[in-house]
Amino acid sequence: MKEANIPAPATTGGDNIFIGTLDKLISWARSTSPWYFQFGLACCAIEMMATAASRHDLERIGMMPRSSPRQADVMIVSGTVTLKMATRIERLYDQMAEPKYVISMGSCATSGGPYWQHGYHVLKGVDQIVPVDVYIPGCPPRPESLLEGLLKLQEKIRNEKPLSGKK
Amino acid sequence: MTAAEIKSLISGKFAGIIREDGEDPNPFIVIDSGRWATLARWMKAEKKLLLDSLHCVTGYDPGAEQALEVRYNLFSMTHRHWLEIRIAVDREEPQVPSVEKIWRTADWQEREIYDMYGIRFIGHRDLRRILLEDDWEGWPLRKDYVTPRTYRGMTVPKDKR
Repeated sequence: MKEANIPAPATTGGDNIFIGTLDKLISWARSTSPWYFQFGLACCAIEMMATAASRHDLERIGMMPRSSPRQADVMIVSGTVTLKMATRIERLYDQMAEPKYVISMGSCATSGGPYWQHGYHVLKGVDQIVPVDVYIPGCPPRPESLLEGLLKLQEKIRNEKPLSGKK
Repeated sequence: MTAAEIKSLISGKFAGIIREDGEDPNPFIVIDSGRWATLARWMKAEKKLLLDSLHCVTGYDPGAEQALEVRYNLFSMTHRHWLEIRIAVDREEPQVPSVEKIWRTADWQEREIYDMYGIRFIGHRDLRRILLEDDWEGWPLRKDYVTPRTYRGMTVPKDKR
Protein backbone atom coordinates (compact mmCIF):
# COMPACT_ATOMS: atom_id res chain seq x y z
CA MET A 1 0.00 0.00 0.00
CA LYS A 2 1.35 3.39 -1.02
CA GLU A 3 1.63 6.31 1.37
CA ALA A 4 -1.39 8.57 1.27
CA ASN A 5 -0.62 11.68 -0.72
CA ILE A 6 -0.94 14.04 2.24
CA PRO A 7 -0.34 17.67 1.32
CA ALA A 8 3.12 18.61 2.48
CA PRO A 9 3.13 21.38 5.08
CA ALA A 10 4.32 24.63 3.54
CA THR A 11 4.81 26.39 6.83
CA THR A 12 4.44 25.21 10.36
CA GLY A 13 2.45 27.22 12.82
CA GLY A 14 2.59 25.06 15.87
CA ASP A 15 1.87 21.39 16.34
CA ASN A 16 -1.59 21.08 14.82
CA ILE A 17 -1.46 23.27 11.75
CA PHE A 18 -0.50 22.38 8.22
CA ILE A 19 -1.23 24.17 5.02
CA GLY A 20 -2.18 22.73 1.66
CA THR A 21 -4.79 23.19 -1.03
CA LEU A 22 -8.34 22.49 0.07
CA ASP A 23 -8.85 20.34 -3.03
CA LYS A 24 -6.12 17.97 -1.96
CA LEU A 25 -7.21 17.94 1.66
CA ILE A 26 -10.83 17.08 0.86
CA SER A 27 -9.97 14.36 -1.64
CA TRP A 28 -7.43 12.91 0.77
CA ALA A 29 -10.03 12.83 3.56
CA ARG A 30 -12.58 11.24 1.26
CA SER A 31 -10.16 8.66 -0.07
CA THR A 32 -9.24 7.34 3.36
CA SER A 33 -12.79 6.75 4.55
CA PRO A 34 -14.95 5.44 1.71
CA TRP A 35 -17.73 3.64 3.55
CA TYR A 36 -19.25 0.92 1.49
CA PHE A 37 -22.86 -0.11 1.13
CA GLN A 38 -23.49 -3.39 2.92
CA PHE A 39 -25.38 -5.64 0.56
CA GLY A 40 -24.46 -8.75 -1.40
CA LEU A 41 -25.94 -10.29 -4.51
CA ALA A 42 -24.32 -13.71 -4.96
CA CYS A 43 -21.21 -15.75 -4.19
CA CYS A 44 -18.98 -12.65 -4.64
CA ALA A 45 -20.63 -11.36 -1.48
CA ILE A 46 -19.01 -14.22 0.45
CA GLU A 47 -15.59 -12.98 -0.69
CA MET A 48 -16.58 -9.43 0.19
CA MET A 49 -17.52 -10.61 3.69
CA ALA A 50 -14.22 -12.46 3.95
CA THR A 51 -12.45 -9.25 2.95
CA ALA A 52 -14.26 -7.36 5.67
CA ALA A 53 -13.55 -10.01 8.30
CA SER A 54 -10.54 -10.16 10.55
CA ARG A 55 -7.97 -11.81 8.26
CA HIS A 56 -8.08 -9.13 5.56
CA ASP A 57 -9.75 -6.45 7.70
CA LEU A 58 -11.15 -3.75 5.42
CA GLU A 59 -11.32 -1.27 8.28
CA ARG A 60 -7.56 -0.90 8.24
CA ILE A 61 -7.92 1.01 4.97
CA GLY A 62 -10.79 3.04 6.40
CA MET A 63 -13.66 1.11 4.89
CA MET A 64 -16.59 0.08 7.01
CA PRO A 65 -19.98 -1.30 5.98
CA ARG A 66 -23.05 0.92 6.19
CA SER A 67 -26.51 -0.56 5.99
CA SER A 68 -28.18 2.56 4.62
CA PRO A 69 -27.61 4.05 1.16
CA ARG A 70 -27.77 7.53 2.75
CA GLN A 71 -24.56 6.87 4.67
CA ALA A 72 -22.65 4.92 2.03
CA ASP A 73 -20.08 6.28 -0.42
CA VAL A 74 -19.18 3.12 -2.33
CA MET A 75 -21.51 0.54 -3.79
CA ILE A 76 -19.82 -2.83 -4.27
CA VAL A 77 -21.95 -4.71 -6.79
CA SER A 78 -20.93 -8.16 -5.59
CA GLY A 79 -22.51 -10.74 -7.82
CA THR A 80 -24.99 -11.60 -10.53
CA VAL A 81 -27.30 -8.71 -11.38
CA THR A 82 -30.64 -10.21 -12.34
CA LEU A 83 -33.06 -7.95 -14.16
CA LYS A 84 -35.32 -8.03 -11.12
CA MET A 85 -32.43 -6.91 -8.90
CA ALA A 86 -31.24 -4.33 -11.44
CA THR A 87 -34.29 -2.16 -10.83
CA ARG A 88 -33.51 -2.24 -7.09
CA ILE A 89 -29.83 -1.46 -7.63
CA GLU A 90 -30.77 1.54 -9.74
CA ARG A 91 -33.02 2.83 -6.97
CA LEU A 92 -30.43 2.22 -4.23
CA TYR A 93 -27.82 4.04 -6.31
CA ASP A 94 -30.17 6.99 -6.66
CA GLN A 95 -30.66 7.01 -2.89
CA MET A 96 -26.93 7.32 -2.19
CA ALA A 97 -25.57 10.81 -1.51
CA GLU A 98 -22.91 12.43 -3.71
CA PRO A 99 -20.05 11.78 -4.09
CA LYS A 100 -20.72 8.13 -4.83
CA TYR A 101 -18.69 5.39 -6.44
CA VAL A 102 -19.49 1.97 -7.86
CA ILE A 103 -17.30 -1.11 -7.94
CA SER A 104 -18.26 -3.92 -10.27
CA MET A 105 -17.03 -7.04 -8.50
CA GLY A 106 -16.56 -10.25 -10.48
CA SER A 107 -17.45 -11.47 -13.96
CA CYS A 108 -21.23 -11.47 -13.43
CA ALA A 109 -21.51 -7.81 -12.46
CA THR A 110 -19.04 -6.82 -15.18
CA SER A 111 -20.40 -8.76 -18.17
CA GLY A 112 -22.97 -11.32 -17.10
CA GLY A 113 -20.35 -13.99 -16.38
CA PRO A 114 -21.54 -17.55 -17.00
CA TYR A 115 -25.01 -16.19 -17.80
CA TRP A 116 -23.56 -14.22 -20.69
CA GLN A 117 -25.06 -16.32 -23.48
CA HIS A 118 -28.25 -17.97 -22.20
CA GLY A 119 -29.20 -15.87 -19.19
CA TYR A 120 -32.61 -14.50 -20.14
CA HIS A 121 -32.91 -12.97 -16.67
CA VAL A 122 -29.42 -11.50 -16.16
CA LEU A 123 -28.21 -8.00 -16.93
CA LYS A 124 -25.05 -8.24 -19.07
CA GLY A 125 -22.99 -5.72 -17.16
CA VAL A 126 -24.07 -3.45 -14.33
CA ASP A 127 -22.58 -0.50 -16.26
CA GLN A 128 -25.82 -0.47 -18.25
CA ILE A 129 -27.65 1.05 -15.30
CA VAL A 130 -25.04 2.74 -13.05
CA PRO A 131 -21.64 4.34 -13.84
CA VAL A 132 -18.84 2.00 -12.74
CA ASP A 133 -15.50 3.30 -11.40
CA VAL A 134 -13.52 0.09 -10.93
CA TYR A 135 -14.02 -3.34 -12.51
CA ILE A 136 -12.59 -6.31 -10.61
CA PRO A 137 -12.16 -9.53 -12.64
CA GLY A 138 -12.53 -12.98 -11.10
CA CYS A 139 -15.16 -15.59 -10.43
CA PRO A 140 -15.32 -14.75 -7.63
CA PRO A 141 -12.33 -12.41 -7.05
CA ARG A 142 -10.21 -13.35 -4.06
CA PRO A 143 -10.11 -10.89 -1.16
CA GLU A 144 -6.69 -9.75 -2.39
CA SER A 145 -8.23 -8.77 -5.73
CA LEU A 146 -11.03 -6.86 -4.05
CA LEU A 147 -8.50 -5.08 -1.83
CA GLU A 148 -6.48 -4.13 -4.91
CA GLY A 149 -9.61 -2.77 -6.56
CA LEU A 150 -10.52 -0.77 -3.48
CA LEU A 151 -7.02 0.70 -3.30
CA LYS A 152 -7.33 1.66 -6.98
CA LEU A 153 -10.60 3.39 -6.13
CA GLN A 154 -8.92 5.23 -3.25
CA GLU A 155 -6.20 6.32 -5.65
CA LYS A 156 -8.86 7.61 -8.04
CA ILE A 157 -10.65 9.53 -5.30
CA ARG A 158 -7.34 10.99 -4.09
CA ASN A 159 -6.63 12.43 -7.54
CA GLU A 160 -9.99 14.16 -7.80
CA LYS A 161 -10.33 17.91 -7.40
CA PRO A 162 -13.75 18.34 -5.76
CA LEU A 163 -13.63 22.14 -5.53
CA SER A 164 -12.34 22.98 -8.98
CA GLY A 165 -14.68 20.38 -10.38
CA LYS A 166 -12.09 18.45 -12.35
CA LYS A 167 -11.98 14.71 -12.18
CA MET B 1 -46.07 -52.33 -0.92
CA THR B 2 -44.67 -53.25 -4.29
CA ALA B 3 -45.32 -51.11 -7.34
CA ALA B 4 -47.80 -53.63 -8.76
CA GLU B 5 -49.77 -53.71 -5.49
CA ILE B 6 -49.94 -49.92 -5.35
CA LYS B 7 -51.16 -49.70 -8.93
CA SER B 8 -53.82 -52.38 -8.49
CA LEU B 9 -55.03 -50.68 -5.29
CA ILE B 10 -55.39 -47.38 -7.16
CA SER B 11 -57.12 -48.84 -10.22
CA GLY B 12 -59.41 -50.81 -7.90
CA LYS B 13 -60.58 -47.60 -6.25
CA PHE B 14 -60.52 -45.36 -9.34
CA ALA B 15 -61.43 -47.49 -12.33
CA GLY B 16 -59.62 -46.61 -15.53
CA ILE B 17 -57.61 -43.74 -14.05
CA ILE B 18 -54.22 -45.20 -14.98
CA ARG B 19 -53.51 -44.49 -18.63
CA GLU B 20 -49.92 -45.69 -18.62
CA ASP B 21 -47.46 -47.04 -16.08
CA GLY B 22 -43.85 -48.08 -15.79
CA GLU B 23 -40.64 -47.68 -13.83
CA ASP B 24 -38.19 -44.83 -14.42
CA PRO B 25 -36.51 -45.93 -12.06
CA ASN B 26 -39.24 -45.48 -9.45
CA PRO B 27 -42.76 -46.67 -10.30
CA PHE B 28 -44.87 -44.05 -12.08
CA ILE B 29 -48.42 -43.77 -13.38
CA VAL B 30 -49.80 -41.40 -16.01
CA ILE B 31 -53.25 -40.01 -15.21
CA ASP B 32 -55.69 -37.40 -16.48
CA SER B 33 -55.95 -34.14 -14.58
CA GLY B 34 -59.72 -34.58 -14.01
CA ARG B 35 -59.72 -36.77 -10.89
CA TRP B 36 -56.28 -35.73 -9.63
CA ALA B 37 -57.44 -33.76 -6.56
CA THR B 38 -59.71 -36.62 -5.38
CA LEU B 39 -56.99 -39.20 -5.98
CA ALA B 40 -54.42 -37.08 -4.11
CA ARG B 41 -56.61 -36.67 -1.04
CA TRP B 42 -57.35 -40.38 -1.00
CA MET B 43 -53.71 -41.47 -1.48
CA LYS B 44 -52.59 -39.40 1.47
CA ALA B 45 -55.27 -40.80 3.82
CA GLU B 46 -55.53 -44.45 2.66
CA LYS B 47 -53.98 -46.68 5.35
CA LYS B 48 -52.24 -48.99 2.90
CA LEU B 49 -50.67 -46.13 0.89
CA LEU B 50 -50.12 -43.21 3.30
CA LEU B 51 -48.29 -41.16 0.68
CA ASP B 52 -47.81 -38.31 3.12
CA SER B 53 -44.61 -36.80 1.76
CA LEU B 54 -44.49 -34.86 -1.49
CA HIS B 55 -40.79 -34.76 -2.32
CA CYS B 56 -40.89 -32.80 -5.53
CA VAL B 57 -43.17 -31.22 -8.10
CA THR B 58 -41.70 -30.80 -11.56
CA GLY B 59 -42.83 -29.05 -14.70
CA TYR B 60 -41.64 -30.51 -17.98
CA ASP B 61 -41.74 -29.36 -21.59
CA PRO B 62 -40.83 -32.09 -24.11
CA GLY B 63 -40.88 -29.46 -26.86
CA ALA B 64 -42.17 -29.41 -30.43
CA GLU B 65 -45.85 -28.75 -29.74
CA GLN B 66 -46.21 -31.76 -27.44
CA ALA B 67 -48.23 -31.55 -24.24
CA LEU B 68 -46.62 -30.11 -21.14
CA GLU B 69 -46.28 -32.34 -18.11
CA VAL B 70 -46.42 -32.05 -14.34
CA ARG B 71 -44.79 -34.74 -12.21
CA TYR B 72 -45.25 -35.39 -8.52
CA ASN B 73 -42.81 -37.54 -6.53
CA LEU B 74 -44.59 -39.05 -3.57
CA PHE B 75 -43.15 -41.03 -0.68
CA SER B 76 -44.66 -42.79 2.31
CA MET B 77 -42.83 -42.22 5.57
CA THR B 78 -44.57 -45.23 7.13
CA HIS B 79 -44.39 -47.78 4.34
CA ARG B 80 -41.18 -46.49 2.68
CA HIS B 81 -42.55 -46.75 -0.84
CA TRP B 82 -42.42 -44.34 -3.76
CA LEU B 83 -44.90 -43.36 -6.44
CA GLU B 84 -44.56 -40.83 -9.23
CA ILE B 85 -47.66 -39.24 -10.75
CA ARG B 86 -47.47 -37.80 -14.25
CA ILE B 87 -50.17 -35.55 -15.66
CA ALA B 88 -50.18 -34.33 -19.23
CA VAL B 89 -51.24 -30.69 -19.60
CA ASP B 90 -52.59 -28.96 -22.68
CA ARG B 91 -50.12 -26.40 -24.08
CA GLU B 92 -52.68 -23.78 -25.03
CA GLU B 93 -54.91 -24.09 -21.95
CA PRO B 94 -52.57 -25.43 -19.23
CA GLN B 95 -54.60 -26.25 -16.12
CA VAL B 96 -54.11 -28.73 -13.28
CA PRO B 97 -55.98 -29.00 -9.97
CA SER B 98 -53.83 -27.68 -7.14
CA VAL B 99 -52.72 -29.99 -4.32
CA GLU B 100 -51.38 -27.11 -2.26
CA LYS B 101 -54.00 -27.67 0.46
CA ILE B 102 -53.20 -31.40 0.65
CA TRP B 103 -49.40 -31.21 0.76
CA ARG B 104 -48.39 -27.74 1.97
CA THR B 105 -44.97 -28.08 0.30
CA ALA B 106 -46.71 -27.86 -3.06
CA ASP B 107 -47.48 -24.18 -2.45
CA TRP B 108 -44.20 -22.66 -3.62
CA GLN B 109 -43.40 -25.53 -6.01
CA GLU B 110 -46.62 -24.93 -7.92
CA ARG B 111 -45.92 -21.21 -7.94
CA GLU B 112 -42.50 -21.86 -9.46
CA ILE B 113 -43.99 -24.13 -12.14
CA TYR B 114 -46.54 -21.43 -12.88
CA ASP B 115 -43.69 -18.91 -13.09
CA MET B 116 -41.61 -20.99 -15.50
CA TYR B 117 -44.23 -22.85 -17.60
CA GLY B 118 -47.44 -20.87 -17.19
CA ILE B 119 -49.34 -23.90 -15.93
CA ARG B 120 -52.25 -22.67 -13.84
CA PHE B 121 -53.02 -24.66 -10.69
CA ILE B 122 -56.76 -24.40 -10.13
CA GLY B 123 -57.64 -23.88 -6.48
CA HIS B 124 -54.22 -22.53 -5.43
CA ARG B 125 -54.83 -19.76 -2.91
CA ASP B 126 -51.93 -17.51 -3.93
CA LEU B 127 -50.89 -18.25 -7.49
CA ARG B 128 -48.39 -15.51 -8.33
CA ARG B 129 -44.97 -15.53 -9.96
CA ILE B 130 -42.38 -16.48 -7.36
CA LEU B 131 -38.98 -15.70 -8.91
CA LEU B 132 -39.56 -13.31 -11.78
CA GLU B 133 -41.15 -9.88 -11.62
CA ASP B 134 -44.93 -9.64 -11.82
CA ASP B 135 -44.77 -7.74 -15.11
CA TRP B 136 -42.58 -10.38 -16.83
CA GLU B 137 -43.93 -11.61 -20.14
CA GLY B 138 -43.77 -15.24 -21.23
CA TRP B 139 -42.78 -18.53 -19.62
CA PRO B 140 -38.98 -18.91 -19.70
CA LEU B 141 -38.56 -22.69 -19.35
CA ARG B 142 -40.85 -23.48 -22.28
CA LYS B 143 -38.93 -24.69 -25.30
CA ASP B 144 -40.57 -22.09 -27.57
CA TYR B 145 -39.64 -19.18 -25.27
CA VAL B 146 -37.96 -16.25 -27.00
CA THR B 147 -35.62 -14.11 -24.86
CA PRO B 148 -36.88 -10.51 -24.84
CA ARG B 149 -34.69 -7.82 -26.43
CA THR B 150 -35.31 -5.39 -23.59
CA TYR B 151 -36.83 -5.39 -20.12
CA ARG B 152 -37.84 -2.02 -18.63
CA GLY B 153 -35.41 -0.26 -20.92
CA MET B 154 -32.47 -2.56 -20.14
CA THR B 155 -30.94 -4.56 -23.00
CA VAL B 156 -31.03 -8.28 -22.30
CA PRO B 157 -29.05 -10.10 -25.05
CA LYS B 158 -25.27 -10.26 -24.88
CA ASP B 159 -24.63 -8.44 -28.17
CA LYS B 160 -26.32 -5.27 -26.82
CA ARG B 161 -27.44 -4.16 -30.29
